[in-house]
Amino acid sequence: MAEVLVLVDHAEGAVKKPTTELLTIARRLGEPSAVFLGKGIDNAVATLGRFGAAKVYVVDAPEVDEFLVAAKAEALAAVVAQASPSAVLVTSSAEGKEIAARLAVKTGSGIITDAVDVAADGTATQSVFAGSWSVQAKVTTGTPIITVKPNAAAPEPAEATPAVENVAVGFSDAAKAARITEVAPRAKSGRPELTEAAIVVSGGRGVGGPEGFATVEALADALGAAVGASRAATDAGWYPHAFQVGQTGKTVSPQLYIANGISGAIQHRAGMQTSKTIVAVNKDSEAPIFELADFGVVGDLFKVVPQLTDEIARRKG
Amino acid sequence: MKIVVLVKHVPDAAGDRGFAADRTTDRAAVDGRLSELDEYAVEQSLQVIEKAGDGEIVYLTMGPEAAGEALRKALSMGGDAAYHVVDDALHGSDALATSLVLAKALDKIAADGAYDLVVTGMASTDGTMSVVPAMLSERLGLPGLTFAAQLSVEGGAVTIRRDGDDASTTVTAPLPALVSVTDQTGEARYPSFKGIMAAKKKPVTTWTLADLGIDPASVGLSAAWSVVEDASKRPPRQAGTVVTDEGDGGVKLAEFLAAGKFI
Ligand SMILES: Cc1cc2nc3c(=O)[nH]c(=O)nc-3n(C[C@H](O)[C@H](O)[C@H](O)COP(=O)(O)OP(=O)(O)OC[C@H]3O[C@@H](n4cnc5c(N)ncnc54)[C@H](O)[C@@H]3O)c2cc1C
Ligand SMILES: Nc1ncnc2c1ncn2[C@@H]1O[C@H](COP(=O)(O)O)[C@@H](O)[C@H]1O
Repeated sequence: MAEVLVLVDHAEGAVKKPTTELLTIARRLGEPSAVFLGKGIDNAVATLGRFGAAKVYVVDAPEVDEFLVAAKAEALAAVVAQASPSAVLVTSSAEGKEIAARLAVKTGSGIITDAVDVAADGTATQSVFAGSWSVQAKVTTGTPIITVKPNAAAPEPAEATPAVENVAVGFSDAAKAARITEVAPRAKSGRPELTEAAIVVSGGRGVGGPEGFATVEALADALGAAVGASRAATDAGWYPHAFQVGQTGKTVSPQLYIANGISGAIQHRAGMQTSKTIVAVNKDSEAPIFELADFGVVGDLFKVVPQLTDEIARRKG
Repeated sequence: MKIVVLVKHVPDAAGDRGFAADRTTDRAAVDGRLSELDEYAVEQSLQVIEKAGDGEIVYLTMGPEAAGEALRKALSMGGDAAYHVVDDALHGSDALATSLVLAKALDKIAADGAYDLVVTGMASTDGTMSVVPAMLSERLGLPGLTFAAQLSVEGGAVTIRRDGDDASTTVTAPLPALVSVTDQTGEARYPSFKGIMAAKKKPVTTWTLADLGIDPASVGLSAAWSVVEDASKRPPRQAGTVVTDEGDGGVKLAEFLAAGKFI
């Protein structure tokens, strides 16, 4: 069966959930092999096997952590040259898309970014123009390279015992040009990952300041949700940019999205429009967010949200 | 110091964007504008030159006739000259072809005087692929410092801060290099009246594919390495129930969430 490469997204070997989704999708297209770059393969191999990786290619070279992206693309290209896969799947993150773009140039292959689904014949579904259009696209030249958004599939286990193969890569000077000189890890919130969460509770300018986010966080915690923010809130420094939802932030597609004090600008909608259920709390009944909300409350979020949080606690008993 | 800023003319996101009959982006239905995310690239480039005390900024775009408006807008913010690659054969080009053409144009610009920096936006607001900068870095063999939230040029090197999900990283590379900037870099300036008047006199050179020595058969819709097989407009989301808080808004919301089995 044709081999399909999945680039593993991981932190020190802790495999991220979107990778297990890619392995699930890869099984529709052929036999999945994982490509693991950097340190920590021992932590990763069991998870990769559980989701059906028949093989794991490992490039454990310091260059992939010392240099920005280009080195990772070169390592992946080396595996592609060795395996001649029928497709390559990469997580649709900023880094993933850049690796895919570079790989497309290196291998002379077509590329599709931000797929929300991939069919067995390689046809990818994309959501474009701020989620207002749905597109079906297919790569026609070279090895199809597809970047896939988180939540494109429910991860399904399919036990395999992967053969681990080390691949030696000689990195070019071009891949060693952009050097990482400092890494400042971000503090963990303990909440679910924004792009993976089943429920996202967001705050915007209406939250009024950094303190206001405590109200948003309390509701998020009552629901086991991730916290998101509009650009107005992140620009003002009320909440870190990593939590921004929208065109220049994260795209989320949870079961439930609760927008608090967010007007619903097109750039914000671009990041949340495909959520299954949308709820809005806003004191302005004319706010465009109500046009897409399944349930809206016109009111002051500082009255409505704490009452909701209390009511959830009461119902949970 | 010479900086080339890549700018793209895109359909305004505020309009009702869609596809033409050949499933390429419909550029006629909605007014075009300089991609907002490229304004940050213009701003950062102007700041680098202002800090350096002297230097030159040129803009480069590939796109139909109307894309010249994006160059004028950029020139009205500042900078010196612009280049416009325009050719009917380019219609429907994918990112790979776009990066091929832009790479050739950058080589031609360099033949007139080497550049130190290529600055791009983080993504175009129509395609939102964020792949052209990486492809250019790959094609030109330039260090690629992408998604800069902050950028500085000093002593023949460029340094950026890149804010990832797990960490914030500092990345540095010798010039010449390519940098893509995010909307975290700081608001772009508005063109002044003086700037708008001055822009009208700044030189804009147009190039065809022949000028760049590119075979028209290698670009455009028919040469694209991926095809759009179908494009359909999503039915707009239907507005649901909206209630006005009369002291029980939170409770009503809880009822809605309970009905949906969220609590
Ligand atoms: C190139 C570009 C990219 C962008 N990318 C993004 C992006 O990724 N994400 C993003 O979010 N935006 C993005 N934006 C910005 C976007 O256009 C809007 O400016 C932004 O989304 C507005 O944020 P907001 O809804 O929080 O603020 P506002 O539009 O100011 O809305 C605040 C809302 O809060 C309500 N409110 C105030 N007080 C209360 C209260 N006490 N209780 C209840 N409601 C209250 C108000 O009625 C109002 O509707 C981008 C813009 C550009 C140009
Ligand atoms: N046709 C084009 N002409 C000039 N610059 C472009 C063009 N397409 C993309 N770019 C540049 O590449 C960046 C990323 O674009 P994209 O990869 O399409 O999201 C944009 O912000 C521009 O700076």
